[in-house]
Formats: sequence, structure tokens, C-alpha cells
Amino acid sequence: MNLSMVQRILGLMLIMFSLTMLPPIGVAFYYGDGHWHPFLSAFFIVAVVGLALWLPVRRVRRDLRLRDGFLVVAVFWLFLGFAGATPLLISDVPALSFTDAVFEAVSGFTTTGATVIVGLDELPKSILYYRQQIQWLGGMGIIVLAVALLPVLGIGGMSLYKAETPGPFKDQKLTPRITQTAKALWTIYASLTALCALGYFLAGMGLFDAIGHAFTTLSTGGFSPHDASFAYFDSAAIDAIATMFMFLGGANFALHFMAIRGRDPRTYLRDTEFKAYFWLLAVLIAGATVYLWLMEEFNTLPLALRHASFQVVSIQTSTGFVTSGFAHWPGALPALMMLLTVICGCAGSTTGGMKVIRWLIVFRQGVAELKRLVHPSAEIPVKLAGRPVPQRIIGAIAGFFAMYFIVFAALMFLLMMFGLDQVTAWSAIAACLNNVGPGLGDVTATFKDVPDAAKWVSAIAMLIGRVEIFTLLLLLTPAFWQK
Amino acid sequence: MKIIILGAGQVGSTAAQQLAREQANDVTVVDTRDEVLRDLQDRLDIRTISGNAAHPAVLEAAGSNGADMLVALTSSDEVNMVACQIAWTLFRTPTKIARIRSSDYHQRPELFGDNAIPVDLAISPEQLVTDYVERLIKYPGALQVLEFADGRVRLVGMRALKGGKLVGHQLKDLRTHIPDAEVRVAAIYRGDRNITPEGDTTIEEHDEVFFIAARDDMRAMMQELSTEEASVRRVVIAGAGNIGFRLAQVLEERVKVKLIERSPERARRAAETLRNTLVLTGDAADEELLLEENIDDADAFIAVTNAEEANILSAMLAKKLGARRVMALINKPSYSELMEGGKIDIAISPQTITIGALLAHVRRGDVVRVHSLRRGAAEAMEAIVHNENRDSPVAGKRIDAIALPEGTTIGAIVRGDDVIMAHHDTVIEAGDHVILFLTDRRHVEDVGRLFQAGARA
Repeated sequence: MNLSMVQRILGLMLIMFSLTMLPPIGVAFYYGDGHWHPFLSAFFIVAVVGLALWLPVRRVRRDLRLRDGFLVVAVFWLFLGFAGATPLLISDVPALSFTDAVFEAVSGFTTTGATVIVGLDELPKSILYYRQQIQWLGGMGIIVLAVALLPVLGIGGMSLYKAETPGPFKDQKLTPRITQTAKALWTIYASLTALCALGYFLAGMGLFDAIGHAFTTLSTGGFSPHDASFAYFDSAAIDAIATMFMFLGGANFALHFMAIRGRDPRTYLRDTEFKAYFWLLAVLIAGATVYLWLMEEFNTLPLALRHASFQVVSIQTSTGFVTSGFAHWPGALPALMMLLTVICGCAGSTTGGMKVIRWLIVFRQGVAELKRLVHPSAEIPVKLAGRPVPQRIIGAIAGFFAMYFIVFAALMFLLMMFGLDQVTAWSAIAACLNNVGPGLGDVTATFKDVPDAAKWVSAIAMLIGRVEIFTLLLLLTPAFWQK
Repeated sequence: MKIIILGAGQVGSTAAQQLAREQANDVTVVDTRDEVLRDLQDRLDIRTISGNAAHPAVLEAAGSNGADMLVALTSSDEVNMVACQIAWTLFRTPTKIARIRSSDYHQRPELFGDNAIPVDLAISPEQLVTDYVERLIKYPGALQVLEFADGRVRLVGMRALKGGKLVGHQLKDLRTHIPDAEVRVAAIYRGDRNITPEGDTTIEEHDEVFFIAARDDMRAMMQELSTEEASVRRVVIAGAGNIGFRLAQVLEERVKVKLIERSPERARRAAETLRNTLVLTGDAADEELLLEENIDDADAFIAVTNAEEANILSAMLAKKLGARRVMALINKPSYSELMEGGKIDIAISPQTITIGALLAHVRRGDVVRVHSLRRGAAEAMEAIVHNENRDSPVAGKRIDAIALPEGTTIGAIVRGDDVIMAHHDTVIEAGDHVILFLTDRRHVEDVGRLFQAGARA
């Protein structure tokens, strides 16, 4: 373990992060809301902390090992919760407690989108903008951004990248140099965000809403500057644009990269995970539409389709925007939609959950076991796109499933102990661990009314979910700290 | 430059390491072994692709579209050639380098070309090793002899020994010893320490001295550093494989060669082709055999069998029995480090030699030759000064006005047919070939940039 190098990089990344306090100051002046001072103070506080970390070790030059990478990522995510909460805490509108400010920041960076603030529409624009911006930064990942922009990381960038990006195939690089890979991912992410903002703007949103919502659409975050979320606009066109870009945000950005580089849209059709992701959504939307129409939740089939498709995509991609809300929908729909968030989108996307590809491989492994019962001596490899999946990866996924459900259960029981009812507890953990946002029961709209202890547990669940469990759990194992 | 390396063996991974260290290069490595690739990617900032290096789909996945160079270093000559063929036919990769081991292919140079097998440079490690050893035999006493500017300038590494006229004296005395010689000491290593040579530096016994000299002044300088070595007359070679056989072939014209080979069949075949060589069937680690063949009289013993452990042991044995200089072919870098300078005089590393030849071709434009010294710790380079741009940081400048990276010295300048030893007030002109010595190879890229056409100060 190379602690001084870890400290140096953490310091550098905090200094970099402090710069993100500057755009909200611009927003404050543009809209004349007079709320620039919390951000200026936060800028100095975070920058000074970053400098204090960096200065003593600025001359340390050593390679970052894989282990150091995990430490940097885990600790930086913890830092982000506090650093990101600073302006919210300093500002007197909204008057947030320490717990609430950290919860809001963590919910933002992890692109969960659960909020403790009611009365968003009355808040200063700068604060609202800041909430949207942290979700956008958290979507593709601030650490991936650091890998793209800080050349000092060198080969250490790879270990940071591996510790932060989601999905089981972490060794795949899009380009030979890790900084280029990180740059390519951020470029695609930023371009899609710009397209989305343009779409919203043309469909009738104001400039502020268009950019703000584009930030949280591609990051599949779900924060909105309005309490009513997308119901505020009540526009079929806007809903359709949102649905489409949430869907794109839930696809693998490496796949976007390859499709753009090869100028070949068929790239998507050749990808097994993307196809599974598409069909999962299609079947869910079709089922929900027909069911909602039959149960007379919506009068006409097109209206049912509009709300079903928006809501299904929003929840399944772990975004959490709402138009009509789904908690009051009839029958099994609310529970089904909440439960299916354990799947979420594709590996390498901005969604939470366990990712389509893991479920696909585990499912095929299960089918292979069934076949093996019939033909005990048969060779039955688990294949993906015609190529066998290495045993090592299947093992890693099995381990991931086990840890995921253990963590899920443990956190859920903790919430129940803090007094939450069963539906609220399990849906809150599902919403947080999968970075969705809204849950069922008492957390349908906001997390405002749950006890502080439960907020902390939820915030931890979001962090664990965002870094896909292992990166944080690793710090708790003795093996990690042994020389 | 986008470079694809096929094969992650010792040469492949070392080449990847050295190339990826230069920020301008994007390196992708292809191999069939997943574990090797994973290790490599954990250490280096490169991309790895798993699969058969000769399959079009694999080459495409490795980014052959738009690649500038393909370096085929798999263990199979045939895979290397097919990969070059495919890269050329399907992707029009401009530069294709392949390692071709078998001498059968090299005997037919017309095989390689854009209309035949499109390999721009076919590297033969065995030929390179043979040339290398041949030079060492020609200059007894030298640890390393490298050629620049078509052989007009040489860089020699040797150990200072008692009896050398300069040993125990300061470097500036050189001018009184050999006033007319074009010689310059580039680096001195004392143990593992690197000493910057100044006029008042005293050469001590056992120092490893690197000097640059015009071809004709080389011997004079060698005598300054150790007693005059009798030229080599009797050589014993262990192993009649490709390298051993070729060595015997080139050496037998000038010196008496004995070639020891364990396999009777191989020994017979060697004996049938060689003219003046005495081929012996037996074990090179057999004390009786070595004594019988007067090993104590041999000027050089060269162990080049396929088994490096056997090479080390038989070379040690030969040294003990009285051979004057012993060399062993050793693949593992850690073994070379252990052995060289101790019981074995020279460890021959095919990797280092191959990589040196390879890198010279890979390095951008104006660096024409690069040699690794001291197992890659130092490098010697030959670069051409261009005149296209007025702002060249080198052309028209006095040497002491050039901002060279730390640990870099300009040793010699070749201008047309003249060899000029560098002094602080020598002015470099466009078109010069400059020979540089780098004690810290991390600066290779900076030096390359100085000489790059279109570079700015």
C-alpha cells in the first residue's frame, strides 16, 4: 500500500472537484438569485482541504497499484458525500441538517435521485442547478473524468477506472491508452447530454429546465428542479424524449463508442446484452400498458402506453423521474417494477443495479445446470454471442450475487430496526442500492420523513450500489490491509 | 503512433513496455494466453486482445484499421508471416515487422516484399546474436561493441583492468597518451554507480567504461584500458543449433573452431556442412571432454545451446578449467544479472539484442539506431539533424547551448565521411548524424523530440 500516493491523488481530485463549485456561481449571477456565497465558500473550503492533502506529498512519484486504486475510489466517494454537501449545508435555503445535506449530496453523486427536499420550485436557481450538476458528474463518474484529465495518474488510471466502472468485464479498454478511453466515454456522454437538452428545449422546456433535466436524464439520476418532476410539464413529446435518452443512458457507453466509431448502427443489434436489455423493457412496457388499460387506470390505450413506457423506462434504468407515479398502480405492478430494479441497465452504463449482463450469464448458467442434470457427462459451456464465458467471470458473478443479496438483506433489516415498515424498508433499500430514487410506502415521494439513522443507512446503500459493492466491502476485509 | 504487437512473450512484452512508456505511442498486444495478457495490462497502459494473432477478426479487433505498425513476435514464423500478409491485404498497414527465426526463410530474401510476403523487416534473432558474438570475438576484451553510421563509429563497453595505461590515471591524460585518436569516454560505471566522466575523473580497476571511437582508433583506446589482449585464435562453441552453427561458419575462416554438440545426428549434419571446424559429439559440461580438447588453451568458450541453465554451468566449468573468456546465452534477465561480470564474462541476451534492432525501426523518423546497454539501463542512439526548419533546437547550435536532458551526452558527430568527437564548442550542422549516450533511458523520448523534424525549441 502506497499511502502517500493515495493521499496525493485524493488531494488532486478534491482540488479538481472544487472547480465544479464555480458554474453554480455563474448561474446565481445569471438569474440574479443572489445565492453565490455558499458556492464560493464551498469552493474555498474544498480547495483548501484538497491542497492540504496534496501539498505535503506533491513530489511523490510512484505507480499506483491495483490495491491503491480501490482505496482511492472508495475514500474519494466518501469524501464526495461531504464535499458535495458543503454548499447545501452553508446555504440557509433550503435549511438542511447535516444528515439531510449529506444524504442529498450522496443521492446526487450516486445518481440515485432520492431527495429530502420538498418545495423545490421555490428554491434559488443556483441550488437547483447544483443538484442537477452533481448528478451529471456522478453519472459517468468523477473519477473517470479525473482519469481523462489528470495525466499524472499514468498506469494508476487503469486501477481507478477498474474500481469505478460498472460491469463484469473490467479489463476491456476501448483504446490503448486509459486516458483516451476515459476521454472517449466522457465525450459521448457530454454529446448525448447536449442532444437531449436540445430535444427538451425544442419540445418546449425552458433553457434552465432543458439543461437541468438533460443532466439527470443521461446520468439516469432522476433529480428534477420541480417537486412534480415530469408531471410538471405534462407533455407527451417531452415524455418521449426523456424515455429515449434514459434508454440510451442505460445502454453500455462502450457500445455507443463502437457504433459511432464504426458508423454502423447494427453494432447495437449484434450485442447480446443490448438485445436482452431492449426486450426486457419492451415486454415490461407492453405488459404494463395492457394491464393498466384493462384495469382502467388510464382511459385510452395511447395514454396507457405513454405513462407505462415512461415509468417503466424511468424505473428500470434507475432514473426515477415520475409522471403519474407508479406506487398506486394496481396489482403486482408497483412491487414488480421495484423488484426488477435489481437488473437495471447494461454494464458500462450510468444505471445502478446488478446489470443485465450479469443476470444473463447467471440465467444461462442455471439453464446449463438443468441440462447437466439430464446429460451428466456433457460439456455445456455458458456462451455469450457465441463465445464461451471464462469460468473465472462466472465465478466472480456468482460471488457478486451472493454479496449483493447479503448486503441487501442486512441493510433492509437495519432499516426495519429503525422503525420503518416492511414495504418501506425493502423498497427503500432496493431504491438506494440500485440507485433508483423513489420507493414505495413512506418513501414514495421523498425520504424526508424517515429517521436520521435510516437516512445514513440509505446513503451507505447508495454508495455501495454505485461502486458495485466490492470496492467498498474490500476496505472492511483484513486481507486488504495486510502487507 | 498506433502499434500492434502480436505475441506477449519475453520480446513482445518487453517491446510493449518500452514503447508504451513513450506517450506518443498507442500499443495493443495480442496473444492467446489470457493470464499473460491480464498481467501485462495490470502493469502497462496498453490494450490487450485475446485471440489467434493471424485471424482477421482478431487483427481487426486490435485496431488494424488505422494502425501504423504491426510487429509480429509470436513464437511461430508462419503465424508472423500470415499476420503480416493479412494486415497488408485487408488493412493496408504501412509498416510490418516480423520475427522470422528459421534461416530457411532468410536464405530467400525475394520471399519478402509487397508482392510476395509483405514483411518490411524480417528480424532474425539468430543472425543478430551471431553478428554480436562475432564482433566480441573480433575485439577480445570488449563486453559490448555497437556500430553507428555504417560502422564508421563504434561504441565499446569494457572493463578497466590492471595493466591498462589509463587505469589509475585521470581522463585528461588520454590526450598525452594517444594524441591523435578520435575517442571520447561516454560513461563510467563503478559497481552499480554511474559516474559522469570529467577531465579529472580517475579510471579505477574494474570500472565498466563505455567509449565512442572512430573505427580505426578503437584498438588504441582498448589498450588504454587493459593489457593488450592477444587476438583470439582458438574458440570452443557449445551447441550446434542455429546460432552455434552459424557462429562456427563465420568464425572458421579466421580462427580454429571446435564445436561440441550432444546430439550425434546434429553433430553429423554440422560436420557435413562446415569446412574447417572440428565437430565433437558429447556433453559440453563433461570435464573430461573439455580437458581432452585443451579447454585451458581456448581463448573463448561460447555456450549457445537451447538450455540456458546448461549454458551457465558449462561456461562456469570452462572458466574454471582455464578458458580465457567465457560467454553464455541466457534468456532470463534475472539470470544475466546474476552471472555477468562474475563467473561468466559475458551474458548474451537474445531479447536485448532483438529489442535493440526492433526499437531502432520503430522509433520515429530521425532516430536511426538505438542500442540498449547494461540490460536496458542505458541507451545509445544515433539521430539525424534536419534542416527543414529554422527553429531546430539542435541545428546550428554549439553543443553546450543545446538543452539536453539529464544524463545525456553527445559523444560523436558523423559529418559526411568525417567522424568528429564532440567538444563543448562543436557546432552541429544540418545533416549531421549525432551519436548520443543516455545513462537514464527515461529520457529517450525527450531526446527523440529534440531531433524530430518540425520540433521547436
